[in-house]
Amino acid sequence: MADVIEVGAAREDASPPAGGKSRRGVTQPGNRATPYLFLAPYLLLFLTFGLLPILFGLWLSVHQWDLQLPNRPFVGLDNYQDLFDSESAIYGDWWSSVRATAIFTVFSVPLLVVIPLGLALLLNRSFPGRTFFRAVYFAPYVLGVAVIGLLWRFLLDANLGLVNRLLGAVGLPADTPWVTDVPWAWVSLVGVTVWWTSGFNAVIYLAGLQDISPELYEAARVDGANAWDRFRNVTLPGLRPVMLFVLTTTILASANVFGQSFLITQGAPGEETRTVVWRIVDEGLRDNDAGRAAAMSIVFALALTVISLVNFRFFRYRED
Amino acid sequence: MTTLHRSARYAVLVILTLIFLTPLVWMVITSVKTYNDAQQIPPGFLPNPFSTYGYEQILGNTANPVLRWFVNSMLAATLHALLVLVTAAMAAYALARLRFRGRGIGFALIVGTLFIPPTSLIIPNFVIADRLGWLDTLIVVIVPGAASAFGVFFLRQFFLSIPAELEEAAVLDGANHWQIFTRVLLPLSKPALATLAVLSFLTNWNDFLWPIYVLFSPERLTLPPGLGLLQGAYVTDYPVIMAGAVLASVPVLILFVAAQRHIIQGVSRSGLKG
Repeated sequence: MADVIEVGAAREDASPPAGGKSRRGVTQPGNRATPYLFLAPYLLLFLTFGLLPILFGLWLSVHQWDLQLPNRPFVGLDNYQDLFDSESAIYGDWWSSVRATAIFTVFSVPLLVVIPLGLALLLNRSFPGRTFFRAVYFAPYVLGVAVIGLLWRFLLDANLGLVNRLLGAVGLPADTPWVTDVPWAWVSLVGVTVWWTSGFNAVIYLAGLQDISPELYEAARVDGANAWDRFRNVTLPGLRPVMLFVLTTTILASANVFGQSFLITQGAPGEETRTVVWRIVDEGLRDNDAGRAAAMSIVFALALTVISLVNFRFFRYRED
Repeated sequence: MTTLHRSARYAVLVILTLIFLTPLVWMVITSVKTYNDAQQIPPGFLPNPFSTYGYEQILGNTANPVLRWFVNSMLAATLHALLVLVTAAMAAYALARLRFRGRGIGFALIVGTLFIPPTSLIIPNFVIADRLGWLDTLIVVIVPGAASAFGVFFLRQFFLSIPAELEEAAVLDGANHWQIFTRVLLPLSKPALATLAVLSFLTNWNDFLWPIYVLFSPERLTLPPGLGLLQGAYVTDYPVIMAGAVLASVPVLILFVAAQRHIIQGVSRSGLKG
């Protein structure tokens, strides 16, 4: 303890000489280049694959940029206009993908906000086996979308799958076309995603729950509040910032859905479950129209930003 | 009353455990079935007979070199985690401990990109990777993802939580910044570094969207795009497909069991920033 104070006090006096000393070597404290040398490796990555693609994406979006053709003329806002012009060739596919993404997001987000909260409340109090159950619920999340996609394509197979097998065993219809027809395809995509990522959100909620002061619960109990009152008046307000975080990140994650529909429903029926991200990469990297795909990316990113901002506004308003 | 309450809690916990684990158990069971066994309608609950058919198919497969994908994935995820660790730790040190021109703006710019969905950068990043001649090489699944701001942000927060006294003592002893960074700060940051390494490894191991478009040659693929190929080639030959899925799951499940604390802490801390 005394050491710390001494060092702290000594630093004040020693500061000017330390700065002077720095002129001797390149990496001495105080050298002007030092911070930039520390930053350089990351900065190189960040500029090339973090910042440049943002600017380059804008550039691509105002050109007719075919990956296979040498001639890439400037077309102004044509790529953007096509997305909103019902006469254009891309209009139908684009809005169908927007619709698919919207359906998935609207149905998955509420479940992914509420179910993990339930899991977190179940795991919040200390009891034997708590760490084990937390790990089990989190486990699906460490598997990638490729694994869970293949796995659920199989589990949901109408004839060979376990899901229909188990439903049949308890006397329910055993021939539901889970991955080839709507609305089942939506139920499948949302259900799989809830199974896959609920543990992740639950862990975030758990951290939030640990941060709520036990004294607040104690005070509520003294005031005669029952469990439901305590949940409504202590837990929920205490969790508001964490909930806002979960809600925002879950909306973003759901809106970016790709692997599930690519592997499980494979877009079926028809192209009904083809999502925006899938449409963008197909347009750009399969059909080689990088310009139009870049315009789609930018419209998509802007839409998500607006949704996030509205979200923040709404929550802050509610707080007042 | 309390006993009843406790029993009810455990009943719910066990039902949930079944829901979360049964699919994974089914994946393993199916991977040791024969083709004919897996084609039974309705499917049987246990393999009859037990068979290594699925694994034999993927191990001796030249059209779908699954073992090669496994090695590629292992290499890519390991090198990616190392790259993230080194670059993010150095940058985070500068941002947490050093004063320099442009620090505020630089940090704001880096953190700002956290709010841009990575999927919206795929098209321009593809063209950039193409210009660099990186398409269809392992580099393209190792390097670009390391531009993510998460690691820098995560480590900077951690470094800021470490009291500066120890470093000040080192300065008085004549240490330069590199020495302070490597000998004082990094040893103190082992838990955070482990967390970041594990999360980066997992993210890279599981990445699907980017590799399916930037890797083409069968022998260059990582496991996730490879599994997609396997599904296309074997369609309903589920023992083979599930054997591939098991192979892709085992390393991350082992990692999860071994580093559970780090993973869960990393995730909960990422939530607290909100």
